Amino acid sequence: MITGLVVLAQATADGNAFAQMLVGGISFGAIYALLAMGFVIIFKATSVINFAHGALTGLGAFLVVAFATVLDFPGRFLTSFPEWAQWTANVLTAFAVAALFGVLIERVFLRPMVGEALFAVAIVTLGIDIVVRTITNDFIGTQPRPVGAPWGLNVIDLGWVIIAWSEVIQIVVTVVLLVAIAMFLRTRTGVAMRATAFDQETARAQGVNVGRVFSVAWAIGAFLAAVAGLFYSVFPRRATGVDQATAFIAFRAFPAVIIGGLDSIPGAVVGGFAVGIAESAANTYLGFEFLGNGFPGIVGYLLMMVVLLIRPYGLFGTPEIRRV
Amino acid sequence: MLAVENLEVVYNDVVLVLRGISLEVPDGKIVALLGTNGAGKTTTLRAITGLLDMHEGDVTKGEITFDGADITEEDPAARVRRGISQVMEGRRVFAEMTVDDNLRAGAYSNRDANLVKEARERVMTLFPKLADRRNATAGYLSGGEQQMLAIGRALMQVPKLLILDEPSLGLAPLLVQEVRDIIVEINSQGTAVLLIEQNANMALSIADYGYIMETGKMVMDGDPGKLLKDEDVKEFYLGLHTTGEQKSFRDVKHYKRRKRWLS
Ligand SMILES: Nc1ncnc2c1ncn2[C@@H]1O[C@H](COP(=O)(O)OP(=O)(O)O)[C@@H](O)[C@H]1O
Ligand SMILES: [Mg+2]
Repeated sequence: MITGLVVLAQATADGNAFAQMLVGGISFGAIYALLAMGFVIIFKATSVINFAHGALTGLGAFLVVAFATVLDFPGRFLTSFPEWAQWTANVLTAFAVAALFGVLIERVFLRPMVGEALFAVAIVTLGIDIVVRTITNDFIGTQPRPVGAPWGLNVIDLGWVIIAWSEVIQIVVTVVLLVAIAMFLRTRTGVAMRATAFDQETARAQGVNVGRVFSVAWAIGAFLAAVAGLFYSVFPRRATGVDQATAFIAFRAFPAVIIGGLDSIPGAVVGGFAVGIAESAANTYLGFEFLGNGFPGIVGYLLMMVVLLIRPYGLFGTPEIRRV
Repeated sequence: MLAVENLEVVYNDVVLVLRGISLEVPDGKIVALLGTNGAGKTTTLRAITGLLDMHEGDVTKGEITFDGADITEEDPAARVRRGISQVMEGRRVFAEMTVDDNLRAGAYSNRDANLVKEARERVMTLFPKLADRRNATAGYLSGGEQQMLAIGRALMQVPKLLILDEPSLGLAPLLVQEVRDIIVEINSQGTAVLLIEQNANMALSIADYGYIMETGKMVMDGDPGKLLKDEDVKEFYLGLHTTGEQKSFRDVKHYKRRKRWLS
C-alpha cells in the first residue's frame, strides 16, 4: 500500500518512468503468475504443497537449453523452415518433455503418498526438489547456458517507453496460456479436475479417475514452470541464460501464491502480477541499493505480509481450506 | 441385477462392520435398506460402489455381482460405467461449481453427447427448479434444491441402478414427499433403486422389497406389507411404539440374550 502511494506520487511527476516500471513489472509478473498458477493447480487438484516447483522450473529451463541448443531437436529435421520456427519447435518439445517429467514425478514419488498427512507429503516434495535440482544442476554445469532465443536483445522504442521483444512475446504467451487454462477448466477433464479439487470422494463417485486428474495437474504445473523458466532466462531478465540459480525464482513467486490465497487460480494470477509490479516499483522508485541486490527478492514477501495482515486468507482464498 | 452375497467389511484391518450381509436389487425394482444410525448402511453402499478404500475399509469376505459380473474388486469408475450411480449421504454437491457444472461432473462417464443431452433434459424436466438456476453456484441452493441436484447429477450417467443414501435426511416433510415422488418417477422410467433410509415410513411406502439391518447384520427382510405389519418394525422404525422412548432391536436382542444366559 505504501509502495502504491509512492508509485502514484512519482508517477504524476514522471510518466515515462512509470510506464517503464509497469512494463517491467507486468512482464516479470507474468513469470510469477505462470509459476503461481501451476503451483495452485497442483495444490488444488492433488492437495500437494509442491516445494519442488523450483526444481520443475530449473528442469524446464534446462530442457529448453537441451532441446534448443544442444540437441536441436526436432529443429534439425525441419531445415525447410525458418530459424525461429525451428527454435520454437524445439522449445515446444522441451515443454512437452517437462510436462512428462511432472507426470512421472507425481506417479513415482507422490501417488504412493495419497492419503498421508499434508505435511508428510510436503516434506517428500522438498526431497524431490533437492534430488531433481541437484541432477539438473549437474547437467547445467557451472557456466550459464543461453537458450538461443531468436528475438535476442531487440527492443521496440516507442519514445515514451521501451519494450523488449521478449517482453512482448512473454506477455502475449502468458495471456494466451491464461485463456487456455480458463477454457480447459470448462472442458470435461477440467470439470473433473475442479470436482476432484473440491471433494475427491464425490468426484470418484461420479466415475472420475482421480489418478488421471493428478497426472493432468502435474503436467500443467510442470509445463507452466518450464515456460516461466524460459522467460526468466532471456533478456531483459537474465540474458546470460539458465544456470544453477534459475530454480530459485520459484521462491520469489511463492508470495504471489499466498497473496492470491493458496487455492485460487485467479488469485495466483493477480498475486503474480502484484508481486512483479511491486518489485519493479521498488526498483524504480525506492532505490534501496544500500540494502543490496537481494532486495527485490524480499519485496514480494513484504507485500505478502501486508496483504495477510488485512486479509489472512489472501485476496481470493477460502477461509478454511478443506481437507479431503 | 445387483446381488450382494455374504459380505463382510472391515475398517482399519480391525473393526468388523458388516458381518456377512446379503441383498438383491432386481432390475426395475425399488428395494429399501433400513437401519438405525451406525447399522452399516453407508458401509454397504461404499462396498457396492467401490469407495471403501478412501475410508481404510476392505471387503474381507463375500461377493458383489452386477448383471452377473463380479465387481467386488473393481474401481469406482468401472462400476459407474456399468451403470451403478449413487446419491451420497449429505448430498455432497460441488458447492463451488455451478448447477450446470455439477451435472457435467455427473455426466463424466457418459461419453455420448446425445445421451448427455437427453439426460440433461430428463433432469430438467424432473427438477424444473434446477433448470431455472442452471448458472447458480450450487453452494447457494437451499437444502432441498441441493438434494435435487445430487439426484440429478447421479442421473446424468443414465444409470441402471440408482442408490440413494438417506435422501430424506434433514428435509422438511413436504420435501420428503417430493423426493419420494421423484424416486417413484425415476423408477417408473426403468431405473432400479436401492433406497437407504432411516425413514422406514417413506421408504416402505414405495419399495417392492425391504431389508432391515442392525449392527452389520440383516435382521429381517420381506415385502413392505409384511415389514409394516411387524410389531418390532412398527415399534422401532415407524415411531408407533406405545411405550415412551424409542429403543432399538439391539436392546431387545441383548435383553433376550441376557435372559437366556440367566435362565
Ligand atoms: N471410516 C471408518 N472407520 C472405522 N469405522 C467406521 C468408519 N466409517 C464407519 N464406521 C463405523 O461403522 C459402523 C457403520 O457405519 P455406517 O456404515 O456409516 O452406518 P450407517 O450408514 O448405517 O449409519 C459404525 O459403527 C461406524 O462407526
Ligand atoms: Mg449412513
